[in-house]
Amino acid sequence: MSMLELRQVSKSYGQGGAEVHALREVSLTADEGEMVAVMGPSGSGKSTLLTIAGTLEEPTSGEVLIADQPVSKVSRSTKARLRRRVIGYVFQDFNLLPGLTAAENVSLPLELDGLSARKARVPGLRGLERLGLGERAAHYPDQLSGGERQRVAIARAMVGERKLLLADEPSGALDSANAQAVMRLLLDACKEGGMAAVVVTHDAQLASWADRVVFLRDGRVTDQTAAAPGPESLLTPERNQ
Amino acid sequence: MSVRHAMLALLSEGPKYGLQLREEFEARTGEVWPLNVGQVYTTLQRLERDGLVASDGTSNEGPQKGFRITADGEQELARWLRTPPDLSSPPRDELVMKVLVALYVPSADVHAVIQAHRRYLVELMQQWTRIKEDDAGSDLNMLLAVDAELFRLDSVVRWLDAAEARVNRAAGDGTLPWADQASTRNQTRAPLPRQRREVRVRR
Repeated sequence: MSMLELRQVSKSYGQGGAEVHALREVSLTADEGEMVAVMGPSGSGKSTLLTIAGTLEEPTSGEVLIADQPVSKVSRSTKARLRRRVIGYVFQDFNLLPGLTAAENVSLPLELDGLSARKARVPGLRGLERLGLGERAAHYPDQLSGGERQRVAIARAMVGERKLLLADEPSGALDSANAQAVMRLLLDACKEGGMAAVVVTHDAQLASWADRVVFLRDGRVTDQTAAAPGPESLLTPERNQ
Repeated sequence: MSVRHAMLALLSEGPKYGLQLREEFEARTGEVWPLNVGQVYTTLQRLERDGLVASDGTSNEGPQKGFRITADGEQELARWLRTPPDLSSPPRDELVMKVLVALYVPSADVHAVIQAHRRYLVELMQQWTRIKEDDAGSDLNMLLAVDAELFRLDSVVRWLDAAEARVNRAAGDGTLPWADQASTRNQTRAPLPRQRREVRVRR
């Protein structure tokens, strides 16, 4: 099942001579269990693509479908519910609330969705434990390392059985080992948690974690990788010349 | 990859048989560099001739023949480990040449050329990342070998990104070769500015 589908999505800002085309007829899908990376230089439209996929902005033309529902046809309240229950966001700078503990940060979306603090605490803690941060639950963001903060942010993006993860340069500020760990967690969320993920990055090493890499240039999808052959193709004696 | 020095390294741990050396070599290099039997025995014969290893002296020439490292061999191994490989002159890189040449071929779309190479590199990186995650487990040798390959491929992708940005800036400044013929670029082929082209490409 496709968790996200963009159909011929265009987005422009301004008018007339000052019109800027951020996206031009972009089509993209992310299925259940699939991780898609969107690779492109800054200014290629990656972040616009994510805000539109996350229903935070409306496209100028084209259609966005979340779990097969056309976003333009649902009510404002349904859209808000999609954002709270179905879509999880991971940002480059983590965006944790400094006055809340790790556990409180993770359970916050559930509280915003109407759950009592007491009830929201359990799935919040479970989410932290799943990412190996159980013993950090009572720590505040400034008591955590960069890698730990991003894991808290991923736990928050997954809490409440959400289905679509949108990540904008999720490991931008992390060192190589922590960046790889973040990608591993996102991939696990897809493979084991059945989520779909769209990860925007300019880094080929991070993009190479994805099932599919889509290349974005000047607001257009210019290319994408083919389904990868098995590892045998790289580990055969013929290559050793 | 110096098979010769890899053999010395394996023998520095203690005497070994020929067959054992071949198996251990493949295991230690994470099976990224498979080796044929012939290579192992020719290498061992040369090492023995040069006095860097000694055999157990039996007439047995097969896989059961035993070898050990000599004092000269130990010295040679230590010297080799600390000698940096020669990286002083850039390699003659086929991909770099193709991008440089594409700038001067009127019918070539340099962006499409760059993207074709980029996609191929990223696809390779996807495969290596899968190998690292699915097959390497905690095999340190394999993890190191795969990391090296990932970083190498990544550096080429980064060069392509930088090259594309540079080409875009040059197009904006009007300093791109062929910029003056841009309007006719896909219609008629203007004659090549022969000399200038050669100088630029060689650089």
